[in-house]
Amino acid sequence: MILDLQRFLETARPVWTALEKDLDYLENDPDPAWDLARTEQFYRLYQQTSAHLAEVRHLTAERELRGYLEQLVARSYARIYVRGKEKSRGRWWQWFTAAFPAAVRRHAMAGVLSVGLFLVGCLFGAVALRIDPTAKGALLPFGHGQQTPTQRVQKEMEDQGKKISQARGRFSAELMTHNTQVAFFTLGLGMTWGLGTIVMLFYNGVILGAVALDYIVDGQLVFLMGWILPHGSVEIPAILLAGQAGLVLGHALIGWGNRLPRRLRLRAVLPDLVTMAGGVAVLLVWAGIIESFFSQYHEPVVPYALKIAFGVVQLGALSLFLARGGANESSL
Amino acid sequence: MKALYNEPLLELQTPEGMAFSLPLAGPVPRLLALWVDLAIVMVAGGLVQKVMAVVGAFSADAAQGLATVMYFVVSLGYGILCEWLWQGQTVGKRLLGIRVMDRDGLPMHVSQIVVRNLLRPVDMLPAFYLVGGAVALASQYGQRIGDLAANTVVVRTRQVTPPDWQKLLAGKFNSMLEHPHLAARLRQRVTPVLAGVALDALVRRDQLEDGARVELFRELAGRLRGLVEFPAEAVEGLSDEQYVRNAVEILYRSR
Repeated sequence: MILDLQRFLETARPVWTALEKDLDYLENDPDPAWDLARTEQFYRLYQQTSAHLAEVRHLTAERELRGYLEQLVARSYARIYVRGKEKSRGRWWQWFTAAFPAAVRRHAMAGVLSVGLFLVGCLFGAVALRIDPTAKGALLPFGHGQQTPTQRVQKEMEDQGKKISQARGRFSAELMTHNTQVAFFTLGLGMTWGLGTIVMLFYNGVILGAVALDYIVDGQLVFLMGWILPHGSVEIPAILLAGQAGLVLGHALIGWGNRLPRRLRLRAVLPDLVTMAGGVAVLLVWAGIIESFFSQYHEPVVPYALKIAFGVVQLGALSLFLARGGANESSL
Repeated sequence: MKALYNEPLLELQTPEGMAFSLPLAGPVPRLLALWVDLAIVMVAGGLVQKVMAVVGAFSADAAQGLATVMYFVVSLGYGILCEWLWQGQTVGKRLLGIRVMDRDGLPMHVSQIVVRNLLRPVDMLPAFYLVGGAVALASQYGQRIGDLAANTVVVRTRQVTPPDWQKLLAGKFNSMLEHPHLAARLRQRVTPVLAGVALDALVRRDQLEDGARVELFRELAGRLRGLVEFPAEAVEGLSDEQYVRNAVEILYRSR
């Protein structure tokens, strides 16, 4: 049977026009104040247009008309079957203090793995430098391989923070942006089935392990702790949290122990990934400020004991925050 | 000229069982949209530098620090903010008529927008979006890594308008309609496929090369003539194309 196109168009075109008008309206105002009757009217127009599409698909070979109707149906479908809004994670303060630590705790195993990989890297870096001290140049970044720790300590004590005080703002900003980029990159590498994230965690561990051993062997443990702890007690956990998020992403991609399709597994972890990424960024902003405005000042300007105490207290507070934050708010 | 790249379709089905498809955006419009967006971010970065030059009169260090942070925020936040406010579109995507959507044809959630933009650096590896481009070309739905993670696709948003059928069918005097019994026989004997092809040929006549058009209408007219023989006075002087036009009018207009 061939469609009587003229009659079909006479009856159908008003429906399409009305639906198109509704869609234009909805695309400008996705949350209109429509009552039930008005909403039902929109739904009826969608159903009628769907039926017209079925008729056209089976009764004519006309592609333009089919394309037009498919477009109307697709636009209506996106409005009618829109998923419910994502669960609110509160205002920004509640989001950071409650939703962020709750998300971290939900993926505790990935967190343990992230810390473990980092520690293995630390051990490897320390052992590698111990076995082959000539590898120092290759293992240590930022010119640390060009001088001994004692030489650096001497320079810092002579400088008394004068050099950094002229560019604290710029240095702080560079630290924030660079570390945040590294953290997001570590998270994103979870899409390599977690392998890239594992490499990043291990590599960062190697650097810290090698630096630590270098300073310890040279008798500069106190300087090292005074230098690293104030900002590192936040910065390193932040990178580990980014690694944790990357491992969560990798796990969702691989799907061990989860029979859901890949896209549903990924969809399930997305809100937590975003929350963790946001939390990590906030931590790294704080770490950037501390590193530039506090960590880079050494004795005699700031006593090492004070810096170490600050770092230890901060690490304890962060641990407590991640362990207990939002524990009473089950809805997060 | 044959297209080098056939844009694939994303086939979907509504809960009512109605199948429809969304045309996926090809790599070229996506690349052009990316260039537009990069240019906008660069211009915005330049503006930030200019504003910070004013702040620099008070503190050069603070100005440099603020400029660094603001450029970072703009470059990362531009895509997220635009896609959130404009339902999957940035300025570049708007200009090129493409949009990011959920893989199921629905609008994106905020978490999807954030994740697909956060993963951009991985797609950019090792340079010039090589990894993301390769993954998108290999992926069934043209998804780069960020799209795969966020479960999103980039589709074309070109508005399709229905063809003006009334104009097409409102022919001049149709001598074949003078013989209603033969017209009825034509309706009875023609197959839906042949009718559809004849209709398509008329709709697309202006897109055909002259030689191909003459050949196509000769073929169609021959087949239609073979179904019903109209009297000589009804078809005398009709070109093949006019014969097909008259036949289509008989087939597709109210009796």
